[in-house]
Amino acid sequence: MTKPTTKKSVLSSILPGLNSLAKRGLAGWLIIVGAIFVAAIVVMTAISPWIVPYNPVEIPSSPKILAPPSMQHFFGTNDLGQDVFSRVLSGGGVMLQVSILSVIVCLAIGVPLGLFASYAGGAVDRVVGLLMDSIYAFPGLVLAIAIAAMLGRGVVNMALSIAVVYIPSYFRVIRSQVLSIKEMSYIEAANAVGAKNRTILTRYILPNIVPSIVVVATVNFADAILTAAGLTFIGLGVPVTIPDWGWDLTNGRRLLTSGAWWVITFPGIMIILLALGFTLMGDGLSELFNPRLEQ
Amino acid sequence: MILILLTMVFLLIRVLPGDPVLLHFEKNASPAAVEQMRHQLGLDKPLWAQYFDYLFGLFRGDLGKSMQDYSSVGQNIFSAFPATLELAIFSMVIAAALGIILGVQASKAYNKPEDHIIRIFGIVTYAIPVFFLGMIFQLTLGLGLHWFPVGQRFNPTIQIPQGLNIGSIHFSTGLYTIDSLLEGNMFKFTESLRYLFLPSLTLGLVLSGVFIRLTRSNMFETLRLDFVTAARARGLTENKVTYSYALRNAFLPVLTMLGLQFATLLGGAILTETTFSWPGLGRYIVDRINFRDYTAIQGAVVVFGIFVSMVSLVVDLLYAYLDPRIRL
Repeated sequence: MTKPTTKKSVLSSILPGLNSLAKRGLAGWLIIVGAIFVAAIVVMTAISPWIVPYNPVEIPSSPKILAPPSMQHFFGTNDLGQDVFSRVLSGGGVMLQVSILSVIVCLAIGVPLGLFASYAGGAVDRVVGLLMDSIYAFPGLVLAIAIAAMLGRGVVNMALSIAVVYIPSYFRVIRSQVLSIKEMSYIEAANAVGAKNRTILTRYILPNIVPSIVVVATVNFADAILTAAGLTFIGLGVPVTIPDWGWDLTNGRRLLTSGAWWVITFPGIMIILLALGFTLMGDGLSELFNPRLEQ
Repeated sequence: MILILLTMVFLLIRVLPGDPVLLHFEKNASPAAVEQMRHQLGLDKPLWAQYFDYLFGLFRGDLGKSMQDYSSVGQNIFSAFPATLELAIFSMVIAAALGIILGVQASKAYNKPEDHIIRIFGIVTYAIPVFFLGMIFQLTLGLGLHWFPVGQRFNPTIQIPQGLNIGSIHFSTGLYTIDSLLEGNMFKFTESLRYLFLPSLTLGLVLSGVFIRLTRSNMFETLRLDFVTAARARGLTENKVTYSYALRNAFLPVLTMLGLQFATLLGGAILTETTFSWPGLGRYIVDRINFRDYTAIQGAVVVFGIFVSMVSLVVDLLYAYLDPRIRL
């Protein structure tokens, strides 16, 4: 007889989940702290339209230019007189969109490519592998810059150029896993009973490599955010009309000599916290799934 | 490998949506001017002919002409390259030295507070945008304390290091630190180090995290191997055991990582050069992007690729030299 489930059990299953995560020692704590950083930034960005004290994009009619932090402007104002605090609250959208989109593209291309090429083996595997290795060995940012320069500015174009750079990371991880799993006896057994290749790949191999994919994707979020910030910094980011931490940093560089530290410091810290959140989660997850690696 | 890369860059520039020439003119040029530029750059030929032109040009060291001012891209890159090389070498030294020292410390203090602090330091350096760290250094050590210059490669009021001049023979590397030593001018040497310090510290710090992590885990294992215990039993000092016995063994994976991280380093160099107005290859690319100069971007990307391949070759050779079990 099964126990009746109630709505309450959803919440009470999350809490013990957190509890047991915390009991996993450092790995658990890394995941919890990382997730809190990321969740806080996502929530902050999502509710920012209702909580910003000033319009983050509009240039005020009587601007206070480069005002240092004060009670009116917690984080001061920039060279256009815009409130830095409001821009920090609402500026996470671009980084989040670019990173989510590029991770989705990486997953959509990297995972099937890795699965099929390494399962098929032979010439397919060699050709795809060589192509992926060439991209992997190349300075990622240089390649992203070249592609973004060709595609033009915008969130989607940034995400695509970042995705191209990181697909090989997914491919390599998946390939090495598939190569070892496909030699296992349960796959041989599945073959023997006449399972289709597609069934073997999706039902027997894929579930076993999901943990590795999760780790790569989490770390990839951090990389995508830093690459997006880099692209923005050299002028390949989004148009000025969208509040963006990356743009604020870029703009702030010109203002350094005037001593306006507040223009760059706060957006910079936000980018660090977001990237740090994903890095911590990635670290914790990889330790959790691969305990021997960290020992 | 390099050929694949060259082909990829070639196709990337030509196949992706967006015509370089049209992009260059920002859509407000007369069709005649566009056609003339296409002809000058050889873009009116069929794709395969362009491809062979491009490959043969590369073999002769010809990277084409800039779309901006028709200057030779190869020469521009050649003159910007030493600045990037010098920055790369110093950053790598800082990253590896910092990573190894902190990694060894962390592995000795395994699971103690010192270890945790070093690990957190490693994780945080990974999450910092390199140009943000650069700007923080500029604000504090540069503009605030005036200890170091915040931009450029050398003091504009004195002549740049000339290298070696014996009679009519002139030899210079383009690396200011080495050139000033060759010239025998210590003032120029310290001056070039002063200019080099902040950019390479920035880039080195950001990269050090990877080395900390790797050294830590390798040393942790090595320090528990029998030969280390044996060395301790012979009464050698702990430092001698750690640095000349264990670290020698733990160093090989670090060397591999040095090669692998070189590509990341060059990416970071672009941003660092932009932050510090460092006149290297990265700065060249960024300038050219603003001019929409696609031949120049293509040339610089190719040079970056060749540079990375060269470094990985050198690392492989070093590896074989350091590990007697490996013979090429």
